[in-house]
Amino acid sequence: MSDVADIAAFQRHARPGLLLLWPGLFLVVFFLVPFGMMLATSFYHRIEGGFFEPAFELDNYARLLSPFFGKVLGFSLLISSLAAACTIAIGFPFTYFLTRLRRPAQVRWLVFILAVLSLSEVIIGFTWSSLLSRTAGLSNILVWVGLMESPQAWFPSFQAVLIGLVYIGLPYSVLVLYPALSRLDRQLPEASRMLGASPFQTFFRITVPIVRNALVTCFIMVFVFDLGSYLLPQVLGRPEHWTLSVQITDQALFQANIPFAAALAIFLMLVTIGLVILTVVVGRRRAGA
Amino acid sequence: MTGLHIDGVSKSYGEIHAVKNVTIDVPQGQFICLLGPSGCGKTTLLRMIAGLEEASAGRIVLDGEDLTRVPAHRRNFGMVFQSLALFPHLSVGENIAYSLTLRGVGRDERRRRAEELLELVRLPGVAARPISQLSGGQRQRVAIARALAFHPRLFLLDEPLSALDAKLREAMQVELRQLQQRLGISTIVVTHDQREAMTMADVVVIMKDGEVQQAAPPIEIYRRPANSFVADFIGLSNILAAEAAGFDAVTLGGRRFRVDALPAGTVSGSKLLVSVRPEDVHLLPEGEERENSLPAEVTFVRDLGASVEFTLRAGETELLATVSPREHPGFVVGDRVLAQLPAAACVVLAS
Repeated sequence: MSDVADIAAFQRHARPGLLLLWPGLFLVVFFLVPFGMMLATSFYHRIEGGFFEPAFELDNYARLLSPFFGKVLGFSLLISSLAAACTIAIGFPFTYFLTRLRRPAQVRWLVFILAVLSLSEVIIGFTWSSLLSRTAGLSNILVWVGLMESPQAWFPSFQAVLIGLVYIGLPYSVLVLYPALSRLDRQLPEASRMLGASPFQTFFRITVPIVRNALVTCFIMVFVFDLGSYLLPQVLGRPEHWTLSVQITDQALFQANIPFAAALAIFLMLVTIGLVILTVVVGRRRAGA
Repeated sequence: MTGLHIDGVSKSYGEIHAVKNVTIDVPQGQFICLLGPSGCGKTTLLRMIAGLEEASAGRIVLDGEDLTRVPAHRRNFGMVFQSLALFPHLSVGENIAYSLTLRGVGRDERRRRAEELLELVRLPGVAARPISQLSGGQRQRVAIARALAFHPRLFLLDEPLSALDAKLREAMQVELRQLQQRLGISTIVVTHDQREAMTMADVVVIMKDGEVQQAAPPIEIYRRPANSFVADFIGLSNILAAEAAGFDAVTLGGRRFRVDALPAGTVSGSKLLVSVRPEDVHLLPEGEERENSLPAEVTFVRDLGASVEFTLRAGETELLATVSPREHPGFVVGDRVLAQLPAAACVVLAS
């Protein structure tokens, strides 16, 4: 008896501490320390034409309050949420039908999707830029088929950035939704149909609400992922389509303004965390109601 | 033309024939059990009746209306699934009223009807609870209430009681039968449990390899099995090899046994099987010669309290006899006895 009690006590007190030590160390070394450095840098003073020196000034944050960065932030949130919504609109039905395929076919699709993940953002960006170009793009096929008069350039444009972001987010959305949808009891939609619901009604009244948590998780993940994308808007968009992440890159690499880039990054992170918390809280309230 | 007519229905998946040319008539208000070992096609047949599976051939007609190509959600049948398939994101009341919500019934009416149905399945006052707070038996009742909410034309149940423990299952069988009789609704239940089928059904349909072996009231299935598969599948049965001898007798173990009837078209000398239920075998002390009897030796005695089982050996054949403790003849292992098989209890089957 006492052995059992001892083991239980050991498990209760000692194990979590020991096990958490390792990831905890990683978190401190690779996240908290760099974050602290970045936070400090965001208050530093920039030396014009040079580097920066330690200081404590709020100038970098004050600059954020300009209408220009307000617009960039607004645009970043807009295109990221729109891209995340489009990703789910394609990824959810796709994954739903994927889980209804036979096992070997499912595995083949999942391997294909994982293979797509191995493509870098650079390759994806430049591939889409040629696919949407006038000289080598998809519009040539439409001209050849006879649907268009002459080939057109579809990039750089807002739509091109959106397409790129949706393309890059899609494999992630499938991988997040796949477990939830394959766990779904197939008799649930059948029960709904027997009770008089059309396949359409069944989808929105039964399938979607049951996997709602996975959908919210998927949306947040793709949204944050798109918000952090700094290459696609540059390759596929015009300067007015540059997101906050592009501005951070621009400030850090081309304007050599590390303190301001750090302030932008901190700001973007706070906004992102705020939105994620808001989504979870709203989601929980609706689930409770 | 009232009632359900399943007319030559088949289902094949490529080369595999799950259901072969099944024809069953279900008169209005009857309780039918589809019974058979797993893989016999009973669930596939039920799913075709429900409209969840499309028939490869044949017609499904209800009250004169051909429903073969009508989609499941327009058939207006109630169905209880094996997994029960209660919607986890809805409360008990919302689950039961789901079909009413779809049909645009108002909130107050939905609430009233859900309460009424919960009364019907003897589970009042749980409408507001989430499904996760119910026990297995309670979920069972909610699934039944949900299927009955919109007055279905047909009530279908796929192994509905398999998730319950033995005692609760027996109680639910009786309750389900009483509920069905009260509502007078035509009901089809799929089960692999013959006790369940015998308890509930007006007609038991025995299936094997996608084909109907026999469709008859339970007692007839038990008393007059149509073939050796049915005799063996339903209850315990002694199946003995015999040969036809004349028009009302067989030769069994070198002795002549009188029987009520031989299968049509039997000629003298053809191989037959005789099925006798263990409780129909009478045991007598050896000595006096009787009609329809076989000398045997007791090889094992099993006193189960409610009944006593004797295992007998007569030459090459083994025989089981069951008697009630009141009639315990007091034989022990090694005793020579006379096993009498009354003519009325001998069902002769084609070999």
